[in-house]
Amino acid sequence: MSGPVKDTSVSSEQGAISWFDLVKDLIGTAILTMLILTPIVTFKTTMNQGVLFIEDRWVQSLLLTAAVVIGRLLLHLFVWHKPPSTAAAKPVVAKAPLSESLAKYVAPAMLAIAIVLPFVLHQVPSWDKRGIDFMITILIYIMLGWGLNIVVGLAGLLDLGYVAFYAVGAYAYALLSTIYLPLWFGPGVVPWAFYIILPISGLLAATWGVILGFPVLRLRGDYLAIVTLAFGEMIRLVLINWFSFTNGPQGINVPKPTFFGLPFKDEPGGFAAFFGIPHDRIYSYIFLYYVILVLALITYFATNRLRRLPIGRAWEALREDEVACRSLGINTTTTKLTAFAIGAMFGGFAGCFFAARQGFVSPESFVYIESAMILAIVVLGGLGSQIGIVFSAIVIMGAFELFREFGAMGHAVQDGLMYVLPDAVVSGIGSLFTGTFGALYGLLPDAMRNSLAGATTGMDPIQFRMLAVGLAMVLMMRFRPRGLVTRRQPTVFLKERKSVSSDLVAEGHG
Amino acid sequence: MQDWSKDPELRVQHLTMRFGGLTAIGDLSFDAGRKQITALIGPNGAGKTTVFNCITGFYKPTEGMINLRHADGTEFMLERMDDYIITQKAKVARTFQNIRLFSGMTLLENLMVAQHNMLMKASSYTIGGIFGSGKFKRAENEALERCKYWLNKVNLMDRADDPAGDLPYGAQRRLEIARAMCTGPRLLCLDEPAAGLNPRESDELNKLLLSIRDDHNMAILLIEHDMSVVMGISDHIVVLDYGRKIADGTPAQIKVDPAVIRAYLGVEEDEDPGENIVVAAAPAKVAKVSVPRVVVQKRVAKKPVVKKGGRK
Repeated sequence: MSGPVKDTSVSSEQGAISWFDLVKDLIGTAILTMLILTPIVTFKTTMNQGVLFIEDRWVQSLLLTAAVVIGRLLLHLFVWHKPPSTAAAKPVVAKAPLSESLAKYVAPAMLAIAIVLPFVLHQVPSWDKRGIDFMITILIYIMLGWGLNIVVGLAGLLDLGYVAFYAVGAYAYALLSTIYLPLWFGPGVVPWAFYIILPISGLLAATWGVILGFPVLRLRGDYLAIVTLAFGEMIRLVLINWFSFTNGPQGINVPKPTFFGLPFKDEPGGFAAFFGIPHDRIYSYIFLYYVILVLALITYFATNRLRRLPIGRAWEALREDEVACRSLGINTTTTKLTAFAIGAMFGGFAGCFFAARQGFVSPESFVYIESAMILAIVVLGGLGSQIGIVFSAIVIMGAFELFREFGAMGHAVQDGLMYVLPDAVVSGIGSLFTGTFGALYGLLPDAMRNSLAGATTGMDPIQFRMLAVGLAMVLMMRFRPRGLVTRRQPTVFLKERKSVSSDLVAEGHG
Repeated sequence: MQDWSKDPELRVQHLTMRFGGLTAIGDLSFDAGRKQITALIGPNGAGKTTVFNCITGFYKPTEGMINLRHADGTEFMLERMDDYIITQKAKVARTFQNIRLFSGMTLLENLMVAQHNMLMKASSYTIGGIFGSGKFKRAENEALERCKYWLNKVNLMDRADDPAGDLPYGAQRRLEIARAMCTGPRLLCLDEPAAGLNPRESDELNKLLLSIRDDHNMAILLIEHDMSVVMGISDHIVVLDYGRKIADGTPAQIKVDPAVIRAYLGVEEDEDPGENIVVAAAPAKVAKVSVPRVVVQKRVAKKPVVKKGGRK
């Protein structure tokens, strides 16, 4: 059957295949598949009371053949060639990459979705709180990604200890709101603690950014990465071991933020009572969602603004070529320190929010893997690209949550579908799924089925999430090594803003 | 006294640079005149780029003084200043032998980065810039005008919005000069600006450098191997070999200087009569150096006939 295969490989270079060749190829494939399947699937020997019988399984082998033929057809249509008719009809037009032409609309569309999302989720009864909470988590990571993007993506300084600044922000909120603010200003200040501490936590984190920045100024690349990694671990270990100050691994319970002084509680002075609406915990979630949305947007717009200022251009120039920067009179020391400080500041804001939202902080939340996750988000998104970071945060954190809440997620999807579609359609889809998987499962040989059943008993999908994320990273690096969004937008232009291909953009040397 | 020593822009005195046991520059003194083009030539490995790195602060010289005096009388001791301070305060700009552009940034951005310090001050160190102060906007427009001026000057206006890494080699060299000029320098140090340029491009480069000298009243210090550039435009040539100055004078003087001829072509110590003939022909060859397009680039390539080399 090498004939048809050879034909296609020749015609694939011309970009089209005639329908006749296609059908010929598929028939050949079918015959070949049947031949291969006959001895191993179609006929099966069974032992019955010491007598050997031959059992035939034509249906199974026909199904498998159909799957192979369909697979080959899809490969023909979408991988090897376009269908002949459309290939002939479409004139070849040199177009800007799809990502670029869409980019204009993506950001506003995503913002619009982000703004209406809580109200949409509110309509899905079994998943409203959980869904909004999940979106809050994603937004925290988007914000952290945007903050780290300043250090790694713009200034090209590899920082593996970013979570340290997140921890500084979180513990700033925890310690100030529970101990120091009540001590200094009396307990009346506690409802306002979040609003007072938010800017302070950013400043503290920025200070730590400068403190980290100073010793590592002369380091580059791997050396810088190791020192920042150590710094991240140091902060965590201090938080664990300085028991008298941080309460060690037991963590600190912290007050939840209020709606400008109105707590989200079922009590006379609470939010619901003030507005005269029935109490519902969902208001607290919606409020937190908008707070983090605003914080993330501040990060986004501030970074965008900074990129267009001399300091932002100096960061990018630093990533491109540090020696050239110095030859142009740019003080690379202060430029690096500002990148560290401003990146850390946004990490501190996010940490403060995180502590307030959790109502509890402990060193467990600031382990190295968090830094790695944030860095993965930045790298997968495409270094320096802010929209790319949104996508990669959704993909990575979404995948994480998906594994964590496999079952719940399925119910939520079903609930969501129920909301839009008639019941009959949903149950139809459900039975289609179970039917298909059941049929495929039934096709497997007994031994494989048994071992699969053995392996999956007691399997917790959560244990596979790092594996899945790692696999996703490997695939990304294989197919899009520069991340999802790979084009750099210039900060200033005379006639038109032409994006720069990532082939030319340096990754920075640390 | 030569006219470049009367009121020099740059005065290098007893400059010595040692790397471990290697003396890259030994007791070098020369002056670079105001509004003059001073060329620093010499065979490969003579220490020319090291001199540049000392002047621009990338190396700290082991011994010696490097004095810069602007026309208004302000003086700087460059050997004591950091590299970026030299560009920022003493107004010395440089280019690199292997081009160092910000290749992922557009031409315009490259030139804007060069005006960092001016813009930084105008944006009140970013704070005014964030809120879009009028002062910053005016400074930014001014900076854009300067970019346009230099883009026009180096004939790259139509590619202003393209990434610098996309430019052909010759254009990258011109852009690097434009970028150095955007820092507003008083002394421009060019490290082999004509390397890799074709004859037409190096003619254009000559015109550009002369215009920078005459229209902008700049002192230019130049390392170059392309003799058409060196002889065509320099007012003053300093010849280095093995880190020492072997000649110093006008192009006409350098052309006939025996030490220079020896450094470039080697001297004969062998008794082989066949090779003596080659050496006898050597001065005639050197005289041709003034003819455009003769590039004396490689010591090795130029003296394959000499067995023991010119020195030692």
